[in-house]
Amino acid sequence: MRKITSKIYIAVVFIFLYAPIFVLIANSFNESKSRTVWTGFTFDWYSKLFHNEVILKSLLNTLIVAAVASIISTILGTAAAIGIYNMKKITRALVINITYIPIMNSEMVTGVSLMLLFVALNIDLGFMTLIFAHITFCVPYVILNVLPKLRQMNRSLYDAALDLGCNPLQAFRHVVIPEIMPGIVSGFLMSLTYSIDDFVISYFTHGSTSQTLPITIYSMTRRKVSPEVNALSAIIFIVVLAILLIMNLTDIKRSSAKKRAKGVRAE
Amino acid sequence: MNKKSKLAAAPYLLWMIVFIIVPLLLIAVFAFTTTATCDADGNVLSEEELAEYLAECEENEVEPVLTEKNIFTFQNILDVSKYSTVLVNSAWLALIATAICLVIAYPLAYMISRMFYSRQKLALMLVMLPMWMNFLLRTYAWMTLLERNGLINKFFGLFGIGPFNMINTQGAVVLGMIYNYLPFMILPLYSVMTKIDDRTIEAAQDLGANGWQVISRVVMPLSMPGVASGITMVFVPSVSTFIISRMLGGGTNMLIGDLIDLQFLGNAYNPNLGAAISLVLMVFIFLCMSITNQLDNEDMEGVLL
Repeated sequence: MRKITSKIYIAVVFIFLYAPIFVLIANSFNESKSRTVWTGFTFDWYSKLFHNEVILKSLLNTLIVAAVASIISTILGTAAAIGIYNMKKITRALVINITYIPIMNSEMVTGVSLMLLFVALNIDLGFMTLIFAHITFCVPYVILNVLPKLRQMNRSLYDAALDLGCNPLQAFRHVVIPEIMPGIVSGFLMSLTYSIDDFVISYFTHGSTSQTLPITIYSMTRRKVSPEVNALSAIIFIVVLAILLIMNLTDIKRSSAKKRAKGVRAE
Repeated sequence: MNKKSKLAAAPYLLWMIVFIIVPLLLIAVFAFTTTATCDADGNVLSEEELAEYLAECEENEVEPVLTEKNIFTFQNILDVSKYSTVLVNSAWLALIATAICLVIAYPLAYMISRMFYSRQKLALMLVMLPMWMNFLLRTYAWMTLLERNGLINKFFGLFGIGPFNMINTQGAVVLGMIYNYLPFMILPLYSVMTKIDDRTIEAAQDLGANGWQVISRVVMPLSMPGVASGITMVFVPSVSTFIISRMLGGGTNMLIGDLIDLQFLGNAYNPNLGAAISLVLMVFIFLCMSITNQLDNEDMEGVLL
């Protein structure tokens, strides 16, 4: 009896989470512009979407900004994490606390504060400011992903590499980097997803020529009826679903491989 | 690694100062200054003095010579209190949304944490999937559902009730907050609950605890850190949103976020007031966070003792 209630409860919550999205996807195939009357099946909105210059341009902008911002953030953040790791306790605590600010603070305040900075420095809002802003909120995620990996690393490994004849650069490249690589990769991926998804901070720091996809979506939803948004949602949903499935499958494969390896060792 | 590795952080430290610390200081500077009109020598003129001077100029038919200067003032911060209804309303709606999220997410997170491992993975993926869609699209989805001739009203129409006025109400705004931020409540709750050992619960049952006692005396105290971080993760974005209120509240239910947006990019252009409101919002958020952190720490100590 209890099992059934809990199953029903879980089902209800998931329906709440997914029903709106499925309605959007269903509507993306609806011939009628009205969102409540079904007049027939069509792919029209998809072809309109792919011929919509504004959307394609802003998609390109989004990808460029995300790529540039997350690559720079990853380099800057990894170097920062190594530096922070070697700092004295008090300075380290201070720097980490300041690093937390963009994560903890309301996005809106971060966006407004950056806008004030750019205006004060007389920098025109555009691609540059957008990339600066994105780096600013991405770097903390890289640092917070890399730092724990450095802490887990055995400090003697680096010294051992030096003893075995590496110069510091070689020791760093061949010993430290491989050890912290998982942190770097997850920091990079987080930066990429946050950058692609960001609306609020971009809203305050973008220029008229540097619209990203979320900003274009925002202006489309302001016009109430825009069936292309439905088509776009459907595509994004499928892409995200595919990425998550691939990640989960590789994860399951990896963990089962690990289990098998452990089993072999136990024998 | 050697002492020199500290230098690796130098570029970031510079970045941090320019893009994190200076912008926050700028908010404070804007919040505490205002542009005052001055005479040619740079003396600040009051409104009467200014009117007098302008009248004098007109009489003598000379061009008035005026300069502008930024002066320190508390006026902006005091002006924020004019909008206290908006501030209270934002905090109230965010609080309701957070409370409902907690009520929905708590049992769900517990149920997920007691599933088989592979099922847990699947359930978590399903919780995270909507989160990966842009929140504008998720909010837009509700716009189409809640409309006067939207699907929900159509559904009620089948039973001959309605149509209800759902969009552009406070309820719609709260619903938008719940829908967008529910995963932020589920995930931290799940991550603490999955660490609760099944044997702890079995031990409580063996010692005679009934179902409710197991939850209230064992699961709840152990899950407090997750509750604290879930509350912050839902409350902070809810209290400062301006999109949800604009899309689902129809512009009639103004929140702090809308107010700030209006001062910077909207019609009521006044960056000084905008900065003052942002400052108030930021202080409020950090205060709330320190309170939830307190809760979390105290309970952890309680558990340890």
